[in-house]
Amino acid sequence: MLSIKNLHVSIEGKDILKGINLDVKPGEVHAIMGPNGAGKSTLASVLAGRDLYNVTEGEVIFQGKDLLDMEPEDRAKEGIFLGFQYPIEIPGVSTVNFMKTAVNEHRKYKGLDPLSASDFLKLMREKKSLVEIDSKLTNRSVNEGFSGGEKKKNEIFQMAMLEPKLAVLDETDSGLDIDALRVVANGVNKLKTRDNATIVITHYQRLLDYIVPDVVHVLYNGRIVKTAGKELALELEEKGYDWIKEENGK
Amino acid sequence: MADINTINKDFADLFNQGNELLLEGSSDVMNETRKNAFQDFSKLGVPTRANENYKYTNLIPAFDHPYNVNLKYQNVDVDLNEIFQCDVPELDTNMVLLTNGWYYGNNKELTELPKGVIVCGVQEAAEKYPEIFNAHYGKYAKTDEDGIVALNTSLAKDGFFIYVPKGVVIEKPIQVVNLLRSDRDLMATQRNLIVVEENAQAKIIVCDHTLTHHKYLTNSVTEVNVARNAIFDLYTLQNQHLNSVILNSTYIRQESNSNVLSNTISLYGGTIRNNHHVILDEEHCENNTFGMYLMDRDQHVDNFTSIDHAKPNCLSNEHFKGVMDDQASGAFAGRIFVRRDAQQTQAYQSNNNLLLSNDAVINTKPQLVIDADDVKCSHGATVGQMDEDALFYLRARGIDEKEARQMLMFAFAHEIIEKIRVEPLKERIDELVDKRLRGEISKCNTCAIACNH
Ligand SMILES: Nc1ncnc2c1ncn2[C@@H]1O[C@H](COP(=O)(O)OP(=O)(O)OP(=O)(O)O)[C@@H](O)[C@H]1O
Ligand SMILES: [Mg+2]
Repeated sequence: MLSIKNLHVSIEGKDILKGINLDVKPGEVHAIMGPNGAGKSTLASVLAGRDLYNVTEGEVIFQGKDLLDMEPEDRAKEGIFLGFQYPIEIPGVSTVNFMKTAVNEHRKYKGLDPLSASDFLKLMREKKSLVEIDSKLTNRSVNEGFSGGEKKKNEIFQMAMLEPKLAVLDETDSGLDIDALRVVANGVNKLKTRDNATIVITHYQRLLDYIVPDVVHVLYNGRIVKTAGKELALELEEKGYDWIKEENGK
Repeated sequence: MADINTINKDFADLFNQGNELLLEGSSDVMNETRKNAFQDFSKLGVPTRANENYKYTNLIPAFDHPYNVNLKYQNVDVDLNEIFQCDVPELDTNMVLLTNGWYYGNNKELTELPKGVIVCGVQEAAEKYPEIFNAHYGKYAKTDEDGIVALNTSLAKDGFFIYVPKGVVIEKPIQVVNLLRSDRDLMATQRNLIVVEENAQAKIIVCDHTLTHHKYLTNSVTEVNVARNAIFDLYTLQNQHLNSVILNSTYIRQESNSNVLSNTISLYGGTIRNNHHVILDEEHCENNTFGMYLMDRDQHVDNFTSIDHAKPNCLSNEHFKGVMDDQASGAFAGRIFVRRDAQQTQAYQSNNNLLLSNDAVINTKPQLVIDADDVKCSHGATVGQMDEDALFYLRARGIDEKEARQMLMFAFAHEIIEKIRVEPLKERIDELVDKRLRGEISKCNTCAIACNH
């Protein structure tokens, strides 16, 4: 489904990703862990199409298409979803209008008619209950004045609305209390099918108790330096990153 | 190109040679005021950029043009009521028409107005209701401070007059449509007076509608007195073609416990200068002065405002926002005066600008003159580009770039539209601004509220 080959990315002349290789198949859950500043969010942003970053080498193929060639909106419509580490507040843009526009853009891309107002509201209701997000929040402007945890929940709500093929969740667990973590993880699990895939970026093993990964990668200094099963997360939780850093000569 | 002296001399000649016509049909009070105003104009002249208050707006090219001037009411050869119908069903208003600055002689009678409310032309008001008219006319507009106000008062013959008696609440807004229709380039002078008595409530919508493509210069002055406990809204929608000049000066005086909201929305016009002066002349007034400008191409807008806290315990909120594209230029000046005994004043001001191109410019200048010590004041001005992070966030959800930009611009502008206290008008303006930002209203002959004609 997703194939990243030798991806090099720089920003302002500084190399951040230095040859990433990653293959994700339908139905899989991948976890990416790694110390602060390793390049995890950079990778996520590049997949979503943020133009701040320069891809200097490599390729990314998503469902047979060259992803790097596409505008962010087209990537979204092809089925990529980025759950932002820091969701943006957009005062004046109502969540309802935002989601309606997004959902209908996706439908248009698939050759479907826009949803009627009542069907849209029905969809909203259904997805809201899936992530247990309060109408008080969805009645406001996008993320405006939301707490850290509420913003993360809202990301999963949007994911539920858009039903992506590949979700990249960048530290969706940080800032969530225990209950919210469970709700969010349940939401992600309920959205899971045999045909879609998830990349979860996290610092904490506890999320992976709920969203069980097939593969765990360690991203360090712009490279994936270790790939193993879910037990790797436990090992990292126990030992930290020093041994990784040592193994990689720093 | 003519210099300023030639322009001023031409006006002096017009005043002297046209004196008979100027005096004819105007009341003694109007003519007395006229005489004094002309003395002021002789001293001040049309303001140039050397004048600190007009530093950002060059009026010479605006005035340097052979305009026709009508010193007499010109009969209209068609029925304007027929040509112009505002049949927006949700926006139910009491509508009157003005033609080239004059109260249209064939206006339909407003049958739904509460008893005692007067809506007519200024000339007629001066004659029929002198006790009201004379108590207010020329009392608030400062001819000795601004040359174009002096010029307006020197040449003033007509405009609209609205009187709302004590305790009368007008539910339906009164809509004044300024029709510009001429077969030659024209300078229109319009002089309006609005008197809202104690405990009265009224909402007025003023909009423009250019019916022909000629070059217009409109110099209008509106005086407003809002008495104790009255609530008054003034919505101004500026929408003229790119070859026009709008000089619009408003003077509002508020008495105790009155509440005024004004919202000046500039959608189109070649050169727009709004002078907006408010004096909070008694205690416990609330004033809300809002404005929005959406400029592109070579358009120019200059909002020059002053809020004078003359008495204690008043609150003022001022917020102007602008979206500037292409080579558009603009200025905002926000003056707040808090006089020495105006303790417990609260005065807030902000001006936010969104620049969509590298060539657009805006000069923004808050100016607070505070002579009292127990006051809460704040001001802030921002000039920025579109928020790239927000743009990416929207795009990352599948919304294409153009639509995402549109959503963000609209959100920016909506903060001002939200303040409109007439629900159907708010919806209208929302639609209109959305269209305007999409570049769908670019022709001149559209009424701001999208009326049919
Ligand atoms: N816009 C930017 N300008 C300059 N440097 C940047 C920018 N974005 C990221 N970087 C740098 O790139 C490196 C990788 O950042 P990134 O956000 O991808 O790390 P991360 O692995 O997500 O870290 P964290 O765990 O703290 O979220 C860091 O050194 C960061 O400072
Ligand atoms: Mg990160």
